[in-house]
Amino acid sequence: MSLSVKEEKPRSSVLQTLSAVWSWLFLAFLVVFFEVWARIAFGQTFVLNLNSVQSILMAAVQPLLLGLGLTFVIVAGGIDLSVGFIVGLASVIGARVMQELGSSVPPFLGLLIGIAVALVASLIPGLINGLLIARLKVPPFIGTLGMYGIARGFGYLSANGVTVPVDNKVNSDFGNTSFLGIIPIPVLITIILVFIMHYVLSQTKFGQYTYAIGGNKQAAQRAGINVERHTVGLYMLTALLAGIAGVIYTGRFTAGAAQAGEPTMLNAIAAVVIGGASLFGGAGTIVGTVIGALIIAVIDFGLVYINVSPFYQFIAVGMVIILSVLVDQSRRSVVGS
Amino acid sequence: MTQPILEAKGLSKRFGGHQALLNVSFQLFPGEVLALAGDNGAGKSTLIKCISGAHLPNDGQIFMDGKQVHITNPQESRAAGIETIYQDLALAENLDVGANVFLGREPMTKVFGIFPMINRKLMRSASAEVLDTLEIHTRLDKPVGDLSGGQKQAVAIGRAIYWKARVLIMDEPTAALGVPEQRKVVELIHRLKSQGVSIIFISHNLIDIFAVADRIMVLRRGELAGERLSKDTNGDEIVKLMVGG
Repeated sequence: MSLSVKEEKPRSSVLQTLSAVWSWLFLAFLVVFFEVWARIAFGQTFVLNLNSVQSILMAAVQPLLLGLGLTFVIVAGGIDLSVGFIVGLASVIGARVMQELGSSVPPFLGLLIGIAVALVASLIPGLINGLLIARLKVPPFIGTLGMYGIARGFGYLSANGVTVPVDNKVNSDFGNTSFLGIIPIPVLITIILVFIMHYVLSQTKFGQYTYAIGGNKQAAQRAGINVERHTVGLYMLTALLAGIAGVIYTGRFTAGAAQAGEPTMLNAIAAVVIGGASLFGGAGTIVGTVIGALIIAVIDFGLVYINVSPFYQFIAVGMVIILSVLVDQSRRSVVGS
Repeated sequence: MTQPILEAKGLSKRFGGHQALLNVSFQLFPGEVLALAGDNGAGKSTLIKCISGAHLPNDGQIFMDGKQVHITNPQESRAAGIETIYQDLALAENLDVGANVFLGREPMTKVFGIFPMINRKLMRSASAEVLDTLEIHTRLDKPVGDLSGGQKQAVAIGRAIYWKARVLIMDEPTAALGVPEQRKVVELIHRLKSQGVSIIFISHNLIDIFAVADRIMVLRRGELAGERLSKDTNGDEIVKLMVGG
């Protein structure tokens, strides 16, 4: 006798496959929908022109950068509400550094120093988040909600309550030129980071332990994984990615602003959830988050393109979030437990 | 007489004013199944936690193959060849069998010759192999959460065996299972025994105890109440030892 499983027939393989790829299908559906609408209403193409694609991708940059880090944190069973204002903090600090340096250093060096200081600064709230959650056992929602306020306050204080203009040619090139005239630099950076983060989450021990912690923290601990250190690492990674989003913002708008990440923070969480991550931890992928971010960007840009009031964006994105969770639940009930 | 693989001498553990374990000694021989019986609070868990490194005893020594070992944490216990399978099994239910067998000790390979990458192929084939030797057949590509209770138990045992456990401590392995699955775990213990693994089996269930154990050791209020060969005793006597009198 042995402990064998009877080969079960999948209860509904069509539905199962469908729910596994639904986000891809939904993205494709959106693109086709806006394309048809644009052709009928204005006789124009929506997606087959470089400007539109660039705009959609640029719109996806910030939520995606935040979403990359959030995917790790959420897969591990946590959440980070502070990332939006870490973007602002990094943006302001980078801008202030470049402003102070002025023309005392060459613009390229000024940008490098600004970016370096901004990124180091962004790691501090991440470190504190991680220590609060891992060492002092503060629930992630509460700990990072506190940091949300703290980072916001420090951001505005560093900016003296206004936007911080930066007069640095290289900085504005960094945010506004395109690689080979096609791929905007911020998009290029994001694409590279997507590949790196996908590799880290799916192929390395760091990624594997992130899933293990999200699945069963105690099991991870007993297997000898240093859960505390790993958790601190996760929140620092997320903060660093938010910092990168901040310096990109400063480049793009040639100014630092404390509210730089405010509008995209919840969209970033939405992108991760639409991409199939579970807020209970243990599940989620970078590819899913990329699709999620693109869905939101296409909705936002598409609605503007077809002249619908931008307020419908909120409604549409809200509905997609709920839809994605419903699809996920029905998949679970189809597959069974 | 053969040398015991595991021996404990005079283990004692106090929690504040409470004497959870007092001067308990026992021996475990190669290929033997020793059942640990006792009422709630008798000290069964405390005893195995002292051996698995979860508790540090206040007094006493532990020997493996006649040599004294100092176990101050679970890693040291594992390094000595002792694996403990707790009731909750410590599996990450979102990961597949291979990932669980290798959790914390993943084999690596290189992609494009530079980037380190977890060797999932090796993890899967090695865990398939070890499960085969235990005659356990289960889907390896599914998350462990999709498996039945008995299969999860089997995965936890397979992990211990893969990492060359010589002493397996099983805490209430049949408690959370249905009757057919309980029987399968009992079969699995017989198979492990025939492969030379020594097992300490903690249970409330006298039927299971008599089904697997060579020897039964009874604790009462932290002290050794008695020790019997299963073939020389019966349920009534064991219950008497458990409750005293």
